[in-house]
Amino acid sequence: MPIGDVSPEIAIIVAAVLALLFAAFAPRRMQAGSALIALAGIAVAIVLVLGQLGETRFTFSGTWALDGASLWARLMILLGTAFCILLAPGWFRTDPRHGEYYTILLLGALGAMAMAGAGDLLQLTIAVLLSSVTGYTLAAWHRDWALSIEAGMKYFLMGALANALLITGVTLMLGLLGNTGYADIAASLRLGTGLSPLLFVGFALTLTGVAFKLGAVPAHAWLPDVAEGAPVPSAAFLTVVPKIGAAIALARLVQLVPPEFLGLRPLIAILAAATMTLGNLAAFWQDDIRRLIGWSSVAQAGYVLMAVTVLGLSPDALSALLAFIASYAIGNLAAFAVVAYLRGRTAIADYDGLAKRRPLVATVLVVSFLSLVGIPPTVGFLGKLALFMTTVDGGYTWLAVVAAANTVASLFYYARVMGRAYFNAPPEEIAVLDRSSGVAVLIGGIFVIGGAVLAGSAFTAFQLSQLLPG
Amino acid sequence: MLTLTILIPMLGALALTVLPSLGHATARIIAVATSTLSFLLLLIVWYQFDTSSGAPAFQAYAEAPWIPALGVFWRVGVDGMSLALSLMSGVLFIACIAWPMENPERPRAYYAWFLFLESVSLGLFMVLDLLIFYVFFDLSLVGMFFLIGRWGHGDAQGAALKFFIYTLAGSLAILLAIIGLVLTVDPITFDMRALIAAQPLAGMDLRGGLILLGFVLGFAVKAPLFPVHTWLPPAHVMAPGPVSAILAGVLLKMGTYGLVRIPFQMMRETFADYALPLAIVALASILWGAIVALGQTDLKRRIAYTSVNHMGYTVLGIAAAGALLNGAEGAREMALTGAVVEMVAHGLITGALFLIAGGFWARSGTYDMDAYGGLAKVAPRLTAAAVIAAFASLGLPGLAGFVAEVQIFVGTFAVFPVIAAIGLLGILITAALFLRLLQQVFFGDLPKAREGFADVSLREGSILAAILALVILIGIYPRWLLDLIGSASSAIIGS
Repeated sequence: MPIGDVSPEIAIIVAAVLALLFAAFAPRRMQAGSALIALAGIAVAIVLVLGQLGETRFTFSGTWALDGASLWARLMILLGTAFCILLAPGWFRTDPRHGEYYTILLLGALGAMAMAGAGDLLQLTIAVLLSSVTGYTLAAWHRDWALSIEAGMKYFLMGALANALLITGVTLMLGLLGNTGYADIAASLRLGTGLSPLLFVGFALTLTGVAFKLGAVPAHAWLPDVAEGAPVPSAAFLTVVPKIGAAIALARLVQLVPPEFLGLRPLIAILAAATMTLGNLAAFWQDDIRRLIGWSSVAQAGYVLMAVTVLGLSPDALSALLAFIASYAIGNLAAFAVVAYLRGRTAIADYDGLAKRRPLVATVLVVSFLSLVGIPPTVGFLGKLALFMTTVDGGYTWLAVVAAANTVASLFYYARVMGRAYFNAPPEEIAVLDRSSGVAVLIGGIFVIGGAVLAGSAFTAFQLSQLLPG
Repeated sequence: MLTLTILIPMLGALALTVLPSLGHATARIIAVATSTLSFLLLLIVWYQFDTSSGAPAFQAYAEAPWIPALGVFWRVGVDGMSLALSLMSGVLFIACIAWPMENPERPRAYYAWFLFLESVSLGLFMVLDLLIFYVFFDLSLVGMFFLIGRWGHGDAQGAALKFFIYTLAGSLAILLAIIGLVLTVDPITFDMRALIAAQPLAGMDLRGGLILLGFVLGFAVKAPLFPVHTWLPPAHVMAPGPVSAILAGVLLKMGTYGLVRIPFQMMRETFADYALPLAIVALASILWGAIVALGQTDLKRRIAYTSVNHMGYTVLGIAAAGALLNGAEGAREMALTGAVVEMVAHGLITGALFLIAGGFWARSGTYDMDAYGGLAKVAPRLTAAAVIAAFASLGLPGLAGFVAEVQIFVGTFAVFPVIAAIGLLGILITAALFLRLLQQVFFGDLPKAREGFADVSLREGSILAAILALVILIGIYPRWLLDLIGSASSAIIGS
């Protein structure tokens, strides 16, 4: 067994177990030590992932894909998780189960990594389930706060349905194709065998199951509730990390089907348009910044689907997908870092005059929002640029036009918050969380701007990446 | 050198943001010094600029890689058109930064945003990379959004938001068009010079038409042309005077400059096919802007609408210049030169007018023309400045506006005689509206409330004098400017 191929994942499991053990025995005031263990585990995993640079092959009898797409996605997942860990110690300081939080977080990251690397339908199912189960826990962590419980419950109910659809879809595909390995499925579909309306149904159900993790229509409804009710570190994690894994998993699934078969691409294009439009319209009059980011995160899932739509139709689709999810992750995490640093204040009226009291924090909030809109010189602009280019190149110009119209619409609600932070009079004093979340705010801001300046090499690296089965 | 010109104001902005506890006066001195330094560098570039006919089109060129995988490079260089616009912007920025703040809150941030905007504007005129052009185009919106929203008055936030959303819609149309354009060349490049040489859309009907539509729509919003000009009046009215001056003087030029540089130069065939509709839109802007301006009782709204009118002249000249692929070179060259001179002249003249209007607000808190009258008695120097600026704006011979408009109309008569003839009506109406404005505000009876109306201070007076001196200089001795701009127009028309 080529056990070394999953060494990063093993490192994460080991760190999760160690963090749990430490949490069980350490006194209350030292629970934050688990965060250090988790960060150390992530650092080891990052090194191990980087060791796989340049590999493009299946391993473990075709169930696990090692390729550029999974490598960069796992790297983003690990970095994103580490960023969320920075937000947690201050937030959970008084929580008696503080130390265990990091174990669940690491296991959630593991689920996302497994989604990115899944090369087999069953492996994909396990990955989605792992990611979901940990996700419910993370969302409902504040057991005695109604909104948190509500978020967890909604997430769980939606998830139960979506996972059931996923399993039904996988079963249908297995029955019709006689195989769950992606390489075999791709080979038989390329020959055009086994194409049938029922297979389309199977694919559609499977895609819906994964779209749930991405937060795309029709399985998006949990996102705003989780963003609003979950503890902010969890909200940051759940609106970013599983989405990275899900985006790659979706791309891999879609790539199995040659573009001209099954009418899958138009379907995804329509879902993309519906997702971004719905997300943006719903965010319009939100007076709660966490819900607002939640809905915007739905809209961003729609943009992700644009790149998935043109996979195989445009040579740059994969690099655009990677560039966009990276830029989205940076922008969204930076925005949540600001929310966490400001002790999770949610009403947008609470952001009045932030620029006067906390100019740096306000700047990070503004650049992260500009990045989510896609205005230069932020990473979000480059991500969106790559996305638009590949969509036009792949022949879906109408989708790019819809996305552009959505971008304009989205500016409205982001600018409402920016305007308040800059133009209104501030309250007396604005309370903040701990230093580690302040550091996170700073890191987020640096990535949003610096990422754009140094994007040249990232684009080159992404362009060299492949997506199995290619 | 050009990179430095762009970088210096940006660093100045950064310094103003980072340095702790600067007083108002210090902040202003730093800002004025920074923008002057950048302008001096521009003058050196101008001194070294070669306007002879054999010289390369783009000079002072420099480049550095940014995203090589997508063919995006930092490329800067100027031709006669962009250099003239950069110089005009440089002058106007110094003037507006030196002009006293209307409501002196948070001066550091105010001057920092101004320098930011200067860097972005100069960058926009100087870059030769489509993507970075777009980056600067968008950044100008961000800077303006904060300047209007933070230091404006009345419903400034609403106006700022409307401005931001409206022009972002336009700029996204441009982005899609840019993508459509660069995808037609292989390998992908955003190099403007390469795209101008390649003319990648020659012979593509529908696709070329759509790409052109994207560009024209985006630049029309920015310019602004009828019927997508509606963001302009509220933005101008709510913005402080110096910000309005920059908005009208520099930011509007981005639309017309972009129109020449990108669709005109990079897709000549398609542009020529659709020049007539564009000329008609320009005509509509000329007339609509003039007529609506005539109906305004608000001083600033009236000036704002004349911008729509003047930008209409510019676009008319551009459309006439691009209407043919060959033939009538002399006339078309003249139309294009006129259009660029109009951009420079309008920048200076309207800049001065908006600064004057800002002075009105600072003194009396109202733009309502009915609230004024007979100011010539109490403020003779202000009156003189306003009279010169207004006459220049209505196109009086001997002033800058005339030089521009005469060339535009002479050039356009050779290509679109009917449209040019109707367009002349616009000049008549503009003359009427400015004369009535002068009559109402500066002559007649002085209302009681205005007896204490202060004349321009020394600082305000010297700023206005400097700008208006340039306006007169261009009016009576335009050779130096025409040589510079003409070198670009003959290269553009001849190529």
